[in-house]
Amino acid sequence: MSFLDRTARAFLLTELVQGLAMTLRYMFKPKVTINYPYEKGPLSPRFRGEHALRRYSNGEERCIACKLCEAVCPAQAITIEAEPRADGSRRARRYDLDMTKCIYCGLCQEACPVDAIVEGPNFEFATETRAELLYDKQRLLDNGDRWEAELAMRIAADAPYR
Amino acid sequence: MPKLTIDGIGIEVEAGTTILQAADMLGIEIPRFCYHERLAIAGNCRMCLVEVEKMPKPVASCAMPVGEGMVVRTNTPGVRKARQGVMEFLLINHPLDCPICDQGGECDLQDQAMAYGRDRGRYHEDKRAVADKEFGPLIETFMTRCIQCTRCVRFITEIAGVPELGALGRGEHMEIATYLNRAIDSELSGNLIDLCPVGALTNKPASYTYRSWELKKTESVDAMDGLGAAIRVDTRGNEVIRILPRANDAVNEEWLSDRSRFACDGLKHQRLDRCYIRQDGRLQPAAWPEALQAIAARLKGVPAARIAAIAGDQADCETLVAMKDLMASLGSPHLDCRQDGAKLETGVRASYLFNATIAGIEETDALLVVGSNPRKEAPVLNARIRKRWLKGGLTAAVVGPDGDFGFRHEWLGDGPATLAEIAAGRHPFFEVLKAARKPMLILGQGALARDDGAAVLGLARTLAETTGMVKDGWNGFSVLHTAAARVGGLDLGFVPGQGGRDVAGIVAGAAAGEIEAVFLLGADEVEMNALGSAFVVYLGSHGDAGAHRADVVLPGAAYTEKSATWVNTEGRVQRGRLAVFPPGEAKEDWKVVRALSGALGKPLPYDGLAQVRERLAAVNPVFATLGAAAPAGWGAFGGGGPVAGAPFVSPIDNFYMTDPISRASKTMAECTATFGATCGCNHQKTGTHG
Repeated sequence: MSFLDRTARAFLLTELVQGLAMTLRYMFKPKVTINYPYEKGPLSPRFRGEHALRRYSNGEERCIACKLCEAVCPAQAITIEAEPRADGSRRARRYDLDMTKCIYCGLCQEACPVDAIVEGPNFEFATETRAELLYDKQRLLDNGDRWEAELAMRIAADAPYR
Repeated sequence: MPKLTIDGIGIEVEAGTTILQAADMLGIEIPRFCYHERLAIAGNCRMCLVEVEKMPKPVASCAMPVGEGMVVRTNTPGVRKARQGVMEFLLINHPLDCPICDQGGECDLQDQAMAYGRDRGRYHEDKRAVADKEFGPLIETFMTRCIQCTRCVRFITEIAGVPELGALGRGEHMEIATYLNRAIDSELSGNLIDLCPVGALTNKPASYTYRSWELKKTESVDAMDGLGAAIRVDTRGNEVIRILPRANDAVNEEWLSDRSRFACDGLKHQRLDRCYIRQDGRLQPAAWPEALQAIAARLKGVPAARIAAIAGDQADCETLVAMKDLMASLGSPHLDCRQDGAKLETGVRASYLFNATIAGIEETDALLVVGSNPRKEAPVLNARIRKRWLKGGLTAAVVGPDGDFGFRHEWLGDGPATLAEIAAGRHPFFEVLKAARKPMLILGQGALARDDGAAVLGLARTLAETTGMVKDGWNGFSVLHTAAARVGGLDLGFVPGQGGRDVAGIVAGAAAGEIEAVFLLGADEVEMNALGSAFVVYLGSHGDAGAHRADVVLPGAAYTEKSATWVNTEGRVQRGRLAVFPPGEAKEDWKVVRALSGALGKPLPYDGLAQVRERLAAVNPVFATLGAAAPAGWGAFGGGGPVAGAPFVSPIDNFYMTDPISRASKTMAECTATFGATCGCNHQKTGTHG
């Protein structure tokens, strides 16, 4: 009996039909893939992407070279040199971030007492050479200027949970 | 001897001990800000509150003497609540700017707020702000951070003896300030930075350049003066960021003079980092083999009797012994470590040591200072004398330069004539010394570095013997050295051999053409223009007078850059450690001498540091024991003959610049500009002076 059963299934192509039915069903369901470079998925305000150094609204850079991020960084990707600026305030003469070492853990932004170093929403910063991933202070400040609106929004969105 | 229990542990302590001190003995930690074991008790921070049975309220343990049968508890809920309350009050007016504060990471307030404070504040009103004060070029002030513990006021008044700081105003208006709003004119002012438990007083030259956790700490020994204070060299990378004192009760307690502490920026400037050879009147860079070959070529055929060596004030013992052995193998007797021309002898060790020891100052009851300004020559030692004087019962007198030394003294005269009078017993102070239980004589280099120095030394010995300064268990005859290398040099016999010339003789010989080649081991205080046409080889760390005159410059290591031995003025053999590497092509000095000996065809028989140190101990057994000031045997020394009438002068006229390192230091230059070369010893009188 089982021989007949098996032979009948084989000739009636039931498995094929079942499979194609599944395909047909998914054809009418909503799509989950996106057309990546042209479409983008949603990001959490806590997403940890490329770093930026922020400024206050009057243009003054936030970073005070306290070196807490340097101390906390588990990958030792941050190098800071501090100095008193001409007006007597404590500032970073050098703020280097090695993006090839960084593991994007977000501890630097957790440690920062003035919300200066943040990890922004940008994850599209692939480069052609390795050297381009060694960020200096100017590069980080430029990032901050470019993304400030979004960065401020993300911090505000996350604030109630802190 | 009252007995008490603290947290259930019984202890018996001397009457007058405070509860906090008794708890320290038991290893029970009581938080404190204003209490410091070397300062008077103030009892104003209230952080050390504990509960004592039968007392209605918590008591400040730092100010409460123990009583018989006291039962103290330091860890009850009540005590914890009291501490939290005190901490909350302290933090009300503290700005909490830890991220930009240089004290962050090594701050007592930070640590104790973590350990004993509440986890959040309840104060949301405006905080108090205080204008910063001007404390001079060494101390940066952030007076808003001050918690008014008054440690600085007590230190500068009691220990440094310069009552220039005070707490002005009361209550919320209390501020720590200099009375006359000018820089603190003390050679010990840097210690205020260490004493400040918060970031109100910080290191101005290193301001905002470091964080405490990124510094590598190396325990070493100071070589800026003859004291050999215990220091900790804090470095980052290959840069010395700051120098701090270490506790060493035998030498510096826990203080450090400003020059030793702040001259470290001189280690970065004017450095010799490669060899130079003089060609056509100009120093041209050269490689090591070229420089050594140039020396060998020049010395070829020069008779040994025409070669000389002078050691500088910071030379380490390893270098001295290597140079001495090299001179011996060349066959030259012309070597000297007494750059200033002090008439010290090597025969009797006690004749050039600070025999009473620095800690011994606290036992003396009659003190005569001869030809020395201890406040400039050894500020930390001077603080010891002041400490002894404050205890009461010290009669002090001075022969030679007078000034405000911080202890009351009688000025007897300015020259050797007065000393001769005392030594002959014709002066009232002779009787004072003779009647004293432990009389003491501090003999400065100002009395010895002169033509009649040997006669002065002889007079001092006579005085010491006739007044009973040398007896069982006490030797009050104390020579105060200003150079770190001097005692080591004398211990190693780095003095003219049979028929050899001393420094003055070498210089005169070089001028007359009788000395053809001179080795300078970091010796910069020699009269360079008088060296005539001699071939000068300078081995040192800084481009100072010696390097400018030199025909060949060999770059050496500064005192933070080598593992080396120094002997302090008491005869204490101490070892410094390498904190950073010498810059560029510079090498440790003894290695340079070793390489030079190879180039000259007389290789020294040691290749490693351990072998050099064996050689040190072989030359003089005192080098076998580290850290101890062994009593030295007494004997006959010093010369006779007439003394000159010229007054004694201190060898140091500018405390802030005495050696190549401090002369290269920007900070020390600022201090010189601020305080002037006379540094506090000739105060400008104000209208209130009597």
